[in-house]
Amino acid sequence: MYDFELTRPGTLDEALAALRAEDAQPLSGGQTLIPTLKQRLAMPSVLVSLTGIEELRGITREDGALRIGGGTTHGQIARETADSFPGLSHLAGKIGDPAVRNRGTIGGSLANNDPSACYPAAMMATGGTVITNNREIAADDYFQGMFTTALEEDEIVTGVRIPVPQSSNYQKFEQPASRFPLVGVFVARFDGRVGVGVTGASEGGVFRWREAEEALGSDFTPEALKDMSHPADGMISDLHGTAEYRAHLIAVMTRRAVAAAT
Amino acid sequence: MAMISMTVNGKTHSAEAEGRTLLVEFLREKLHLTGTHVGCDTSQCGACTVHVNGQNVKACTMFAAEADGAEVTTIEGMANGDGSLNVMQQAFQDHHGLQCGFCTPGMVMSATKLLEENPKPSEQEIRDYLQGNICRCTGYHNIIKAILAASGQDMPAVAAE
Repeated sequence: MYDFELTRPGTLDEALAALRAEDAQPLSGGQTLIPTLKQRLAMPSVLVSLTGIEELRGITREDGALRIGGGTTHGQIARETADSFPGLSHLAGKIGDPAVRNRGTIGGSLANNDPSACYPAAMMATGGTVITNNREIAADDYFQGMFTTALEEDEIVTGVRIPVPQSSNYQKFEQPASRFPLVGVFVARFDGRVGVGVTGASEGGVFRWREAEEALGSDFTPEALKDMSHPADGMISDLHGTAEYRAHLIAVMTRRAVAAAT
Repeated sequence: MAMISMTVNGKTHSAEAEGRTLLVEFLREKLHLTGTHVGCDTSQCGACTVHVNGQNVKACTMFAAEADGAEVTTIEGMANGDGSLNVMQQAFQDHHGLQCGFCTPGMVMSATKLLEENPKPSEQEIRDYLQGNICRCTGYHNIIKAILAASGQDMPAVAAE
């Protein structure tokens, strides 16, 4: 690692002030950023740790949605949403491993926007909102491609708002070495609409499979997708799977998620 | 450099560290607690697992400065007061839950946390919980047996995977 100064502010205002330093970068749970630093792929002058900021942590219920602080760990989300939003709890409880879940945060994951991250699929399927220190951004506008988001300089994810569906399920086909999804599909059923968010598959990052959403909107059964397949155009091809294989998995995982959510 | 203080195995320690000093480096190189191992240094293998404020974390993927003021427990803090092996450690010995022993500190720290959260885990629950602890010797077979035994459960024939 290149050397840097690490600061641990206790409030959001102090963190934002510290981030104004040249080449300053926020640090949340560090489960992606620290390995990146070890590989010398990043060279911040100052790392502003957000983990000491109490106001960024915690889960509250507000008007049909969950408001989750950006500094809330995957482990806490898995434990505390088990009753209120089992689909999200299950998703969070399968990220990485128990020790990683005790450090990694939802805000850090969303700011990084790894094309194989799990939360973006849930955010897209539910029509969630990313909350920053400046504004609120709808999931559809927030995710802008691999590792690319609508976040601007000095803007940090302070929380998210995720509408709680009537039923939901996340199916992840794991790449066995990394346990990231080769393809992950989150299906969320609301009164009058269905959302399908797909992660891991596309060169453009997370996306909604709108054709499946439409079909499931009128018939929420796996059979509604029986003759439907996702095109392979624009899907990722690498040593773990071809674009055609990933496209095939999208339909399979979506059907499984619907079956599990029914 | 900044002065960092933390309570490790019940005793307060202070030492200077750089911003980039990892918790595992602080424990091993500043406090000379070398029971916590560095295996992969990429947060995959879990040999560096310790407890910070009661939660298991990978000490290779956390900065020492972030544990400033925290309560940390390492493998050195696991034995009974009289120095004898605790129930989990003894079970690993009794059931040959190790061969080279390199992963064992992390295995014991993770297994201890598992039984705190889930006192009677099934074989599958143990395997799931240990996803982040890699052993290259045992095939996990005897590790699972040791944890089942430490939880006071009968050990059915555990199939090797």
